Amino acid sequence: MIRIKCPYCGERDHSEFTYGGDASIKYPELDAPESEWTKAIFFRENIRGIQKETWHHTNGCRLWLEVERSTITHEIKSVKVCHPQIEKITKSKL
Amino acid sequence: MTRFNAWNVFKNGFTGQKNWDRQWRDPEPKKEYDIIIIGGGLHGLATAYYLAKNHNKKNIAVLEKGWIGGGNAGRNTTIIRSNYMMPGNHEFYEHSLKLWENLSHDLNYNVMFSQRAHVSLFHSPSAKDGAARRYNIMRLHGTDAELWDLDTLKKNIPHLNYDNARFPILGAAVQRRAGNARHDSAVWGYARAADSLGVDILQNCEVTGVKRSQSNIESLETSRGTIKAKKVGFAVAGYTSVLWQMAGLGNLPIESHKLQAFVTEAVKPLLDHVVVYGVGGAHFYISQSDKGSMVFGGDLDWYKSYAQRGNLPIVQDSAEAAMAIMPCLGRIRLLRHWAGVMDMSMDGSFFICKTPLSNLYLNAGWNYGGFKASPASGWYFADLIANEQPHKHVQNHNLERFEKGINIDERGAGPDPKLHG
Repeated sequence: MIRIKCPYCGERDHSEFTYGGDASIKYPELDAPESEWTKAIFFRENIRGIQKETWHHTNGCRLWLEVERSTITHEIKSVKVCHPQIEKITKSKL
Repeated sequence: MTRFNAWNVFKNGFTGQKNWDRQWRDPEPKKEYDIIIIGGGLHGLATAYYLAKNHNKKNIAVLEKGWIGGGNAGRNTTIIRSNYMMPGNHEFYEHSLKLWENLSHDLNYNVMFSQRAHVSLFHSPSAKDGAARRYNIMRLHGTDAELWDLDTLKKNIPHLNYDNARFPILGAAVQRRAGNARHDSAVWGYARAADSLGVDILQNCEVTGVKRSQSNIESLETSRGTIKAKKVGFAVAGYTSVLWQMAGLGNLPIESHKLQAFVTEAVKPLLDHVVVYGVGGAHFYISQSDKGSMVFGGDLDWYKSYAQRGNLPIVQDSAEAAMAIMPCLGRIRLLRHWAGVMDMSMDGSFFICKTPLSNLYLNAGWNYGGFKASPASGWYFADLIANEQPHKHVQNHNLERFEKGINIDERGAGPDPKLHG
């Protein structure tokens, strides 16, 4: 079991969360050429090491989190809320 | 190499069966090979074997970072089937099944192929319609397929939960020619047969660097020295992205995920078929090995990983699925469970294709289905390397299909690798 420190709910089992995927993807402009969209949607760096990824706290606060995790050891380096505006709100509540 | 036959078994009986040759040599790497296949799993060894056998190629090496049978060849649930419906896929997997049917004779090695039928349960009228559609498409293409009603199913497999299942069983979609084979025998058989045709199998030979020019690969840095190659094939599913980036080629439409499998203690004959149960989010497949162990597997671990070990929530999910469908397993003890790292591709289909480098060929993206695919994978990959152009059955299994919009998405799950289970 991986334990994820949700900034809002505290440390929880990963089975409460849904894995989103690669958080480093940057989507191109809407009118960018198709080849750029193909790369963003279908092609992945697939890092063997520390990767940025998203997790959704589905059975908790339902926030999307950005997690830095090793894909070899599953050790988590950092967790933060994906959207800065929401982070402000959560901080004021905490 | 001594052939396995009745006469040789009889002859070696005089010396207590102790004088058999090595199954394959342990050669020192040469300075240069015509063709190097990286990855000594089923796919790499099958490719080397068919390059030598079908295309009369010489001077081939297979590079394996560990030992033969130590990777995903030893980490699967040994299921073989060809119940696919997308163009390209059904021809490919049917060809693979046909190769399995004659593989023991072809390799002179008993791969213990057992056509015990693949029984895929359905639990609702709409699931039955879906199965009928898929299995009718299979029949139109000449693959065997049938639907079993509840009575036929009960007669063939009496131990399922017919009384009070959470999702009542209504029947099953069945492919009778499908079944199992012995995974170790298959990989050892290919290694032995390839070696006897002159292929050098180099174990403990990890590729640590790829030296290339603008347009092709010149040599490979390995843990056993530098080796030059005229042509190079990658067959390292699970680690394809790592090697691809080592060659400076950027990103691939692949994520590495891990899939667990489980083996219980041996029990008396209980289950004669491969049974698949997939409903309500669960995905579960079970068969009984020749030793009597129940062999089963479930879903992916749901997050990207290169760790060859599984997580506990999936152990629980698989155990729950087992209890839901075969409550008689309630007191059986689990002996082992393990995980293999797989290439999960963006549409759930594989790659056998050319690459941006002129002398590099790619074999990758096997998702859940690498074991059953291995004979045809080797067959068509060898064909690609020898003839420089893809066979028509794999002509769309390339890296360009996503940009062209011709994804081969058997499950219709979209560009999310973890959903293509």
